[in-house]
Amino acid sequence: MNISSAKKPSARFEPWEDPNEKPLVRFKNVTKRFGSFTAIDDISLDIYEREFFALLGPSGCGKTTMMRMLAGFETPSEGIISLGEDDIGTVPPYKRPVNMMFQSYALFPHMTVEANIAFGLKQDKWPKNLIQERVEEMLSLVQLRKFAKRKPHQLSGGQRQRVALARSLAKKPKLLLLDEPLGALDKKLREQTQFELMDIQEKLGMTFVIVTHDQEEAMTVASRIAVMDDGKIMQVATPEVIYEYPNSRYVADFIGDVNIIEGQLGNRTEEGVKLSWAEGQPEIAIANNTSRSENENACFAIRPEKVHVSREEPVDADNRIRGQIDDIAYIGNLSTYYVRLSNGMIFKAQESNRRRLANREFTWEDQVWLSWRNTAGVLLD
Amino acid sequence: MDKKLGRFLLIGIPYFWLFLLFLVPFGIVLKISFSDIAVAIPPYTPTFDFESGWEGFKALLAELDFENYIWLTEDDLYWTSYLSSLRIAFISTVLTLLIGYPLAYSMAKAPSEWRPTLLMLIILPFWTSFLIRVYAWIGILKTEGLLNQLLMFLGIVDDPLQILNTDTAVYIGIVYSYLPFMVLPLYSSLEKMDGSLLEAAQDLGCTAISAFWKVTLPLSIPGIIAGSFLVFIPAIGEFVIPDLLGGSNTKMIGKTLWAEFFSNRDWPVASAVAVLLLLLLIVPIVLFQKQQERAQEAEQ
Ligand SMILES: Nc1ncnc2c1ncn2[C@@H]1O[C@H](COP(=O)(O)OP(=O)(O)OP(=O)(O)O)[C@@H](O)[C@H]1O
Ligand SMILES: [Mg+2]
Repeated sequence: MNISSAKKPSARFEPWEDPNEKPLVRFKNVTKRFGSFTAIDDISLDIYEREFFALLGPSGCGKTTMMRMLAGFETPSEGIISLGEDDIGTVPPYKRPVNMMFQSYALFPHMTVEANIAFGLKQDKWPKNLIQERVEEMLSLVQLRKFAKRKPHQLSGGQRQRVALARSLAKKPKLLLLDEPLGALDKKLREQTQFELMDIQEKLGMTFVIVTHDQEEAMTVASRIAVMDDGKIMQVATPEVIYEYPNSRYVADFIGDVNIIEGQLGNRTEEGVKLSWAEGQPEIAIANNTSRSENENACFAIRPEKVHVSREEPVDADNRIRGQIDDIAYIGNLSTYYVRLSNGMIFKAQESNRRRLANREFTWEDQVWLSWRNTAGVLLD
Repeated sequence: MDKKLGRFLLIGIPYFWLFLLFLVPFGIVLKISFSDIAVAIPPYTPTFDFESGWEGFKALLAELDFENYIWLTEDDLYWTSYLSSLRIAFISTVLTLLIGYPLAYSMAKAPSEWRPTLLMLIILPFWTSFLIRVYAWIGILKTEGLLNQLLMFLGIVDDPLQILNTDTAVYIGIVYSYLPFMVLPLYSSLEKMDGSLLEAAQDLGCTAISAFWKVTLPLSIPGIIAGSFLVFIPAIGEFVIPDLLGGSNTKMIGKTLWAEFFSNRDWPVASAVAVLLLLLLIVPIVLFQKQQERAQEAEQ
């Protein structure tokens, strides 16, 4: 046990747990208004050095606005943004050790790929040979060596995106902002680039803030995720915590698939609490992981992959409900079963497909049992 | 078959117009330029009449010669007019660019609800006849005109300036008249420029001013070229402005041409001047076309 953890390159990276650690970026009660519209609503947030921090949220929730305030294109209407020790609220963009990869790439159309990447270095008056070297390095990093002499309009969408990435990385900024950096890539290239990004980030020891509305991407790359909604931050935590212990119905619903059951909590016992939620349905047993008081309304959330589907009644399961398969969504490695309970509710359960499609265990209209352990779900507000 | 014919007709129409309204008149002018002056109506010889048929046509060809073109090289009036036209057109183009660029730039940066109004203001002068607008400048520029009155009222000058009937007045006239042709292409190239490019430049370390030189200006080059040609080409052959505002020693080829036609009634020499002017203009026009094609390609 000890040996295997000692082999890992670093101990757990959790600067946010350490009260002595100083954040690299600090938002303190930041509000941003456009006219009468509040795009960012009193956000406080710390981002630490070497973090790969993800902002996740639906379209229009204010992710780009957060980035633009960090890059210096917007000034906060209220509150303070600091980088290291300095308040950067009014520092112009060209004086910040921050680079941004734009959502629209913003490549200079009149310059070659090479010149685009070299732009920031020339601006900083690097010597010519060093510029050349760094440009080469960046080109190989994003696998565009062959395209060095092309203009942006002669590249595909994915290639352009990689040029934009290379350009923003070239200056090795303290803080790199990536606004939907991988949106235009196909799934394969996207996953590959995600790992490359993580690699680069670790190798160069930079701090990345990435905006995405692809939750899988956020889960893969990020050290921590901030889930945003409507200009507010709903939860900031590691991907595992966000997924396993969402703090609100909104977060649970936004990240991944979830079954949400509203009901009333019963008395607390040694095993935990019970939630009664519908006439004729068994109460749901929930392990004692909650500070919620007894006898109040609550929401219970459980992920589909934590729910087991079986034909026989699983007598030793903590929770079991009977239902009928209404629909099956086949997604290759997984199948999601939409099971209709006797009270009409549709319950989602996910099983991996260990057998070929033809030998599938269940089919439409089958009567099945759904079961899960009492630690599998969480209680929310 | 029918479809092909239809397509042929459709493509044929512009060519037919070009033939009728450009090639035919040009052929006539070209023919006159090879003729000799005569005291007759029309004032040149030989003339062609259809009754003499093919034989008559051949006889006519035999009488044509390059005499007038040779004459153009012998008298320096002509080539000094050409050179002076080029110089005036060039300087006016540069001045128009210097005035037009900031104008177009501020229009493109104006709030979007203002832009249609501003565009309208640029186009507004076209609602009045060109000739009248140039005449109006006489009233402004003459010794007892508005400009001199203002300058003397403000105490900037004691005696009225002689602006009218100088090259300065010609520059003022050309810059004023052709400014919209500069502003419109500049505006359209500046207006469609993506604002995030400037942000990207600033993000990478440019101040707003150096971002202008490194990004905005290079990206507006197609507009600069288009606008410059649109001013330069007509300015070379300009007649009304130098005639009304310029002095007796303002030489421009349009004026020389007019004098040759109407004062000297030497149609053959005037035609030769016109043909040479056309050849002179073909160079910038072809360059302009090339540039437009390239700009269009780059946009795709
Ligand atoms: N300059 C502006 N003027 C007025 N409203 C703005 C401005 N910029 C952004 N907004 C508004 O602020 C809100 C947040 O915008 P933002 O661009 O940050 O969203 P986002 O989370 O990045 O969305 P997406 O995922 O679609 O990129 C939106 O409702 C948007 O309309
Ligand atoms: Mg955005």
